[in-house]
Amino acid sequence: MKKLLKSDGFQTLIASLLCVIVGLFLGFVVLLFINPSGAASSIIEVIKNFMHFSVGKLRIKNLGNTLVKTSPLLMCSLSVLFAYKVGLFNIGAAGQYVVGSAVSLYAALAWHLNWALCVLLAFVAGAVYAAIVGLLKAYCNVNEVISGIMLNWIALYGANTVLTGVKEPTSPYTLHLVGHAESSLIPSLGLDKLFSNNTYVTIAVPLSVLIAVLILVLLNKTKLGYELKATGNNKNAAKYAGMAEKRNIILTLMISGALAALGGAFLYLTDYEQWSCSQSSVPGMGFNGIAAAFLGGLNPIGAVLSSYFIQHITNGGAYVDLTKYSSQISDLISSIIIYLCGFVFFLKYAINSHLMKSEEKRAQQALKAAAEKGGKE
Amino acid sequence: MVLLLQYTLIFASVLLLVALGGCFSEHSGVINLGLEGIMVMGSLGGALVMRFFPDLPPVLMVLAVLMGAIIFGMAYSCLLGVACINFKADQTIVGTAMNMLATAAATVFVKAMNTAANPNDVSASIQYINPKKSFLVRIGGFEFNWFMLVAVIGLVVAYVVLYKTKFGLRLMACGEHPQAADSVGINVYKMRWAGVLISGVYGGLGGICYIMVSASEWKFDAGVYGFGFLALAVMIFGQWKPTRIALTALLFGLFRALASVYSGIDFLARLNIPSTVYNMLPYIISLVVLALTSRNSRAPKAEGIPYDKGQR
Repeated sequence: MKKLLKSDGFQTLIASLLCVIVGLFLGFVVLLFINPSGAASSIIEVIKNFMHFSVGKLRIKNLGNTLVKTSPLLMCSLSVLFAYKVGLFNIGAAGQYVVGSAVSLYAALAWHLNWALCVLLAFVAGAVYAAIVGLLKAYCNVNEVISGIMLNWIALYGANTVLTGVKEPTSPYTLHLVGHAESSLIPSLGLDKLFSNNTYVTIAVPLSVLIAVLILVLLNKTKLGYELKATGNNKNAAKYAGMAEKRNIILTLMISGALAALGGAFLYLTDYEQWSCSQSSVPGMGFNGIAAAFLGGLNPIGAVLSSYFIQHITNGGAYVDLTKYSSQISDLISSIIIYLCGFVFFLKYAINSHLMKSEEKRAQQALKAAAEKGGKE
Repeated sequence: MVLLLQYTLIFASVLLLVALGGCFSEHSGVINLGLEGIMVMGSLGGALVMRFFPDLPPVLMVLAVLMGAIIFGMAYSCLLGVACINFKADQTIVGTAMNMLATAAATVFVKAMNTAANPNDVSASIQYINPKKSFLVRIGGFEFNWFMLVAVIGLVVAYVVLYKTKFGLRLMACGEHPQAADSVGINVYKMRWAGVLISGVYGGLGGICYIMVSASEWKFDAGVYGFGFLALAVMIFGQWKPTRIALTALLFGLFRALASVYSGIDFLARLNIPSTVYNMLPYIISLVVLALTSRNSRAPKAEGIPYDKGQR
């Protein structure tokens, strides 16, 4: 038991579960505060999400919908996580996600490129866009959080302008890919059959999980990953050890940006959503990615689980009693969870120091006992 | 041109107030990335006052709205204080969480309030056309806004407090070298709490000022459009010094004002630049400015590092 408590992975798991439980509970309290009569059933709807439906087929179909949005979220959380491992807080993931969405959509609708090319273009564009943050950080010492936020807004306005060229004539939404750019749709290779013909479920879902595994390998099993992490731990030490610390910072952000941009492509190339060219705030996907990254204990596999969870409750928000509450209650819960994640380090520290103290005590007692024993003889 | 001046001054007031808030917090040693969230909460506080007491006489109205914003901003900044000072949490995560939390909480709250009043109303907005008039004084073609005065007072107070009082100097010591400050008997935790709470006051004021000059009805699901972060850029460019922050705020205010009034200025309208460019302008300028100034920036040395009494 002690050994288990000491292991970092177990502590992370406990801490994350605690964050989830407290987050849901506080969400429940907020609902109670707004209107006590439907709070319990509404919070249960949030947790149930697709189980809301009684027919098995509909359940499976809606599970598919949750998965469709989990893959971009997972990409964003991988983006945040990867940068954070290297000591950079990439809040610009939200903007890189926007860039990825815009580039892939434009490539699809204006140029009718093959889906793989669209994804590739998004990947490159995300990397280039994030490189701006990297360059500013490495050469001009600009705080990556502030430059990231500025670039988020620039990306949003840019995307709205560019995508206005491919929108429906009578609405602010971009054209549907179905009917306009069929070859740009990410193929589903039979996955849609598994989810009772939910055509939005594509290979993007397994692909994003695969990328999570790749990131895990890259971070833990390769020289590059080691160098990047070393740079994150101590920039100067890495420099003295002969690592190109400036290059590492830029490279990290480029990879991070590419991941977030892939997320955008993975969502919009399924045609699940249309981009609204009149939206006035940066899509929350990138910010939710931060929640997922920290909730997953900054581990790529943990991120798979936490991304699913965050998306699960976000989709579940649609099923609350809308005559009394709003679906944003899910956003509230996820933001409470991130806030609580700030305390995780403290919690771990508390567990560890408690363990150390009790061990010390035991050692002292053993010493005392030994001394007494020695005295008797 | 008068319009441009008026908008410049008013947006500069917003940026100045919020940046001064960031300045207090950072001088005490806590990076306040949650300013955006504090602005949202402050604006909610002020807007609630205007919603529930729409018939107050002008002077009382101004004071009550300011108080509402101050109380909400200050209360919300406690989230930062508890997490970052007492529990030594990562200041970046907590700040980010606060920004998301503020928008989500304000949306849920305002929607619930609107729906309770009228079941068909599912919007997240509060309207304040009439109360807004209490804040305006017409002087010829120029529309003076009481918030401009608030900003000037805020600037003077910040300058005097930081440089001319014992409290301010102690506060700044905690951001530079908390161990040294502690060794001469200053309670670092208390000072940092003071810094965070003051930043809540300024941030809250900036928030209500922002929504009142931008519109007559605010949709709380939209947040404050990155203004909290623009203010942080202003603070960095202003080198954490109140007077320089004020000048920077004017510059940034000008670019933000251009986005609002460019179509009314013949020379700019004739250039035929798409409105998107003007919308992007403040963000682009701040990136450029940051790139030019961050290299030699002189941030408080101990900012961002949680203070641990036992650490040597």
